[in-house]
Amino acid sequence: MTHTLAATIPDAITFVIAGAICVLGAFGVVLARNPVHSALMLVMTLFGVAVLFVEENAQFLAAVQVIVYAGAIVVLFLFVIMLLGVDQREAIQRDPLPAQRPVAIVVGLLGLTEVLLLARGQWPTGAKSVSGAIGSPADNVGLLGRSIFTTYLLAFEVTSALLVLAVVGAVVLARRPRRVVGDNGSPQGASSEPDDNVDGPTASEPDGAEAGTDDGGQGDGEPAGGLADSEVTGP
Amino acid sequence: MSVAASWYLTLAAVLFTIGAIGLLIRRNVLVMFMCVELMLNAANLTFVTFARRLNDIAGQTAVFFVLVVAAAEVVVGLGIIVSIYRRRPGATADDIHEMKG
Repeated sequence: MTHTLAATIPDAITFVIAGAICVLGAFGVVLARNPVHSALMLVMTLFGVAVLFVEENAQFLAAVQVIVYAGAIVVLFLFVIMLLGVDQREAIQRDPLPAQRPVAIVVGLLGLTEVLLLARGQWPTGAKSVSGAIGSPADNVGLLGRSIFTTYLLAFEVTSALLVLAVVGAVVLARRPRRVVGDNGSPQGASSEPDDNVDGPTASEPDGAEAGTDDGGQGDGEPAGGLADSEVTGP
Repeated sequence: MSVAASWYLTLAAVLFTIGAIGLLIRRNVLVMFMCVELMLNAANLTFVTFARRLNDIAGQTAVFFVLVVAAAEVVVGLGIIVSIYRRRPGATADDIHEMKG
C-alpha cells in the first residue's frame, strides 16, 4: 500500500488509462463478431501493453512490441482474414458441446480469482539481479543486448534456427501442390464430383485466365481486322 | 516511483483470463489465435513487471524470446489455417476433427 501511495500521480494516471485500453481491447477481441474488428482491437491491446512497458522501464521491448506485434503479426492476421474472406460468421446451429461456453467462463473466472488471491500474499522470491540490473532508461537497450548476447547467447542462436524453420515451414504449408490441382482439374470438366468445392478457387482461376486470353485474342483480332480494312480501303 | 507491481500483475491476470475464455468460447480459428496472442501478452507483462520488481534484466530477455516464438508460431499457424481453408472454406474449429491416420 505504501508503494501505491508513493506512486506519482502521472504514473497512476498512465497505468489506469493504459490498463483500461488493454482490458477494453481484450474484450473487443473476444466479443467482436467480425474478425477484422478483433484484429484491430488486438492492436489496441498491444499499444496499451507497450505503454505499460515504457512505464516499467522496458523501452526497447515497447518499441519491439509496436513494431513486431502491431506492425507485423497483426498485419499478417489481417492479410489472412482478407485472403480467406471477411464475412465468415460463426454459424453454430449444431453445437457439439453446448455446455462449453458457460463452463469455460466459470473456469476462467475461478482461475482469475485464484490468481488474484495469490497476488495478495507474500512473494516467495527475494532474489535480486541474477543477470544484471535494469539500470536507467538510457541504458535499457545496452543492458538488454548485453544480456542476450552473453548470458543467453545459446538461446539466441536457437531462436535464429527457430525463425528459419518457421519460414521454411510456412513456405511448405502455403505452397499449392501442383499434383492435386492436376488430378482434380480434369474430372471436374467431365462430371461434378462431390468434393468439387475443394478447389473451387483453383477451378475458377483457369476459367478466368482462359476468358482473359480469349478476350485478348479478340481484342488483338479486331484491331488487326481494322488495320486490314483500312489498308484495303486506303488504296 | 511507479505503480506497485501487484497492480500490473492483476492487470496481466485479467488479460490472461480474457484471452483464455476467448480461446475456449470462440469457434473462429483466427480469433482463437488472437486470443493466444492476448495470453502471450499477459505473460509478457508479468515478465516485465517482475524484471522491474526484482531489478533483473533477465525478465526482459525472456520477453524478447517470447516475442520471437510468438512470431514464428503465428507464421506457422496462419500457414496451417490457410491450407485448411483452402481444402474446406468456412471451417470452424469444430469442423477440424479429422487429424488421425
